[in-house]
Order: sequence, then C-alpha cells, then structure tokens
Amino acid sequence: MCGVCGCGEGHSHSHDHEHDHEHSHDHDHQHEHNAEHSHAPGLSQKRMVQIEQDILAKNNRYAAENRRYFGERGMLVLNLVSSPGSGKTTLLTETITRLKGELDIAVIEGDQQTARDAERIRATGVPALQINTGKGCHLDAHRVGHALETLQPKNHSVLFIENVGNLVCPSAFDLGEAHKVVILSVTEGEDKPIKYPDMFHAADLMILNKTDLLPHLDFDSEQCIQYAKQVNPRIKILSLSAKTGEGMDSWLRWLKAELELQRIDYA
Amino acid sequence: MHEMSLCESVLQVLEQQAAVQQYSKVKTVWLEIGALAGVEIEALRFSFDIVVQGSLADHAHLEIIEIPGQAWCMPCSRNVVVQHLYDLCPHCGSHQLQVNSGDQMRIKELEVE
Repeated sequence: MCGVCGCGEGHSHSHDHEHDHEHSHDHDHQHEHNAEHSHAPGLSQKRMVQIEQDILAKNNRYAAENRRYFGERGMLVLNLVSSPGSGKTTLLTETITRLKGELDIAVIEGDQQTARDAERIRATGVPALQINTGKGCHLDAHRVGHALETLQPKNHSVLFIENVGNLVCPSAFDLGEAHKVVILSVTEGEDKPIKYPDMFHAADLMILNKTDLLPHLDFDSEQCIQYAKQVNPRIKILSLSAKTGEGMDSWLRWLKAELELQRIDYA
Repeated sequence: MHEMSLCESVLQVLEQQAAVQQYSKVKTVWLEIGALAGVEIEALRFSFDIVVQGSLADHAHLEIIEIPGQAWCMPCSRNVVVQHLYDLCPHCGSHQLQVNSGDQMRIKELEVE
C-alpha cells in the first residue's frame, strides 16, 4: 500500500524513489550494525539514532518528482489556495472560457467530498480530475503525481490545481507547482492575511476576488494589501471580479507571461 | 495546522528506519520545530500519543526542540528575531523581512532499543 495517502496504488514509479531513498540509508545502517556488534550481542540496549530528516521530506521528494515532470513538458502549474467560497471555481471557469481556444488547459480539483467542481470544469470543455481527500485537509504531492498519470496533460499546457478550501494546511505541502496563488474574496475581511499568515507567506500571487461587491461592503482594500505585503513583501496582488470580468485582463496576461517563462531552456 | 498528518509522517519515518537502523522499539523522539512552522506544539503532542498507539513507538516520549524565528531585515542588513510571519522589524519597523530560520520541522534523533 502506498505510504503517503494510503490509497493502495503505490506500485508505480513513485515507489521506486522510496527504495532509492532507503538505499541511501543503507550506509548508516552498516555503521549502526557494526557498532552494535561491539556490544554484548542479544542484549536489548537503548541507543541513540540520528535521523536529521525533514518531517515533510517524503512529500517534498514527490513534489520534486512532479516539478521535474512539469519542467520537462514546459508546463505552467499553479496551486490555487483559499478559504472555501472565495470563488476559486468560478475564477477557473471564467479563465478557461477566455483562454480555451488559445492554450491547452487541464485542472486537478481537490475537495473533501463530491465531484461537483470537476463537473463544473468539464462543462467548459477541458479535462478535469477530481481528487477527494476524504478526511484529509490538503492535497499532497503524491496524490497529484497519481492524478498526472490519469490526466496526461499536454506539453506547454497550463495545469490548475484547485486545492482544498483551507487557508492553513495546504501552505505546508509543496505539490511541485511553479506558484501558489492565494485567492481572497472581499466578503472575507481585510485582515485574513495576518490571521492566516502561513498561506500568504507561501503564495507568490494574491487575487482579490469579487471586487464587484465592494460598494456594498466595508472592506478596506488598501489595508488588506498592506497586510498581505507585511506578511510577504514579495507578493504580487491583482484585484478582479471573475463575475463581471473587471480586472481579468491583467490575470490572463500574468498567466500567459508565466507560461512563456516555463518554455525557456535554462542551461 | 495538520498536526495529525505530521505525526503520521513522523511514524512512517520511524517505521521505515526501524528496518534500516535495526531497532524494534522507539523510546524517545526529538523533533525540531521552528516558531514559524505553523505547528501547534500542544496539538502535536496530543496527536502524537494517539498516532503511535499500538506501533513500535507506543508510549514513546516526545521531546520538542523549539527553534526561534529569525529573519533578515533588508533595510537594517542584519538578522532579527521574529515571533510571527507578520512581525515588523523590531529595530526599524520595516516589513521587508526575509525569514531564514524557524520554519523547519525536522526529526532530529531517536532513542531506540
């Protein structure tokens, strides 16, 4: 069985990496083994074992594997994160509708339950795969790796990974994406960036969504942007309304520019 | 955040290393947790005890080494101590801070038999 998510489909290429990793530890094993023989054999003895391993090392290895896969194919992969109800899926369907004839797009949808979001995406005519995390609060790199086997995204395509609606856990799990994009809707309160700093710290781009509702709210956009930059001085911010289309042009230009960057062959 | 799944990852490493490092029981686990790692230590301890039940680390003692948050302040050109990701530089008040320590979550060492 697969160790990361317990999905039972661990007989793929990813498992080999696990073995590779274990082999690299064989070295330590030899030392420990020899050391043990110098003590009285058969006697149960307490001893110290140095591990020095990142708790998320396993996820990070799968993420590195995904990143290599994306890099070889010149794909732009974005990990979309937000709280539930920020308008991620609507932003995606509107984005896809505008770019469909121009770019190859695929979507991985993460939700605890149901395939409703994947169905909304498929209705736009692009391939979408739903991952249900069940009790899990985030997508991990291993499940995304398996999704790629099924989804088979095209070279030079854009892959959107819509993470589980959660501003906490997905911040720690690298999926191999080029950027985390955090979506914040103006109905949520301008202090979200400092209430959930991990996510805004991990993101490269913040989208302030549902700006068409601003006239009806006390939301302070300036303050919100200031909070986001306080947590992450490098974060880029776009304001838009996926519903009315206001501000969508900048987002589409950003997407195309980022996709172009993925095609550069660095030495 | 997801302290339960972090503990599950820790247990996986313990189980995987048991064969490699030849131990059958884990008595103590030392974890390095940075102040900016987003980990609630009390929740981690609570989850750990539950996750390791019935495993090779049943009743293992959990030792947490807390690593303070540190960031490079660009205007000051020096490292400063920070408690939160949204902290301002304690010297100049700038938010141009680059975190360079205190976001780690590592398994440091084990006492085994």
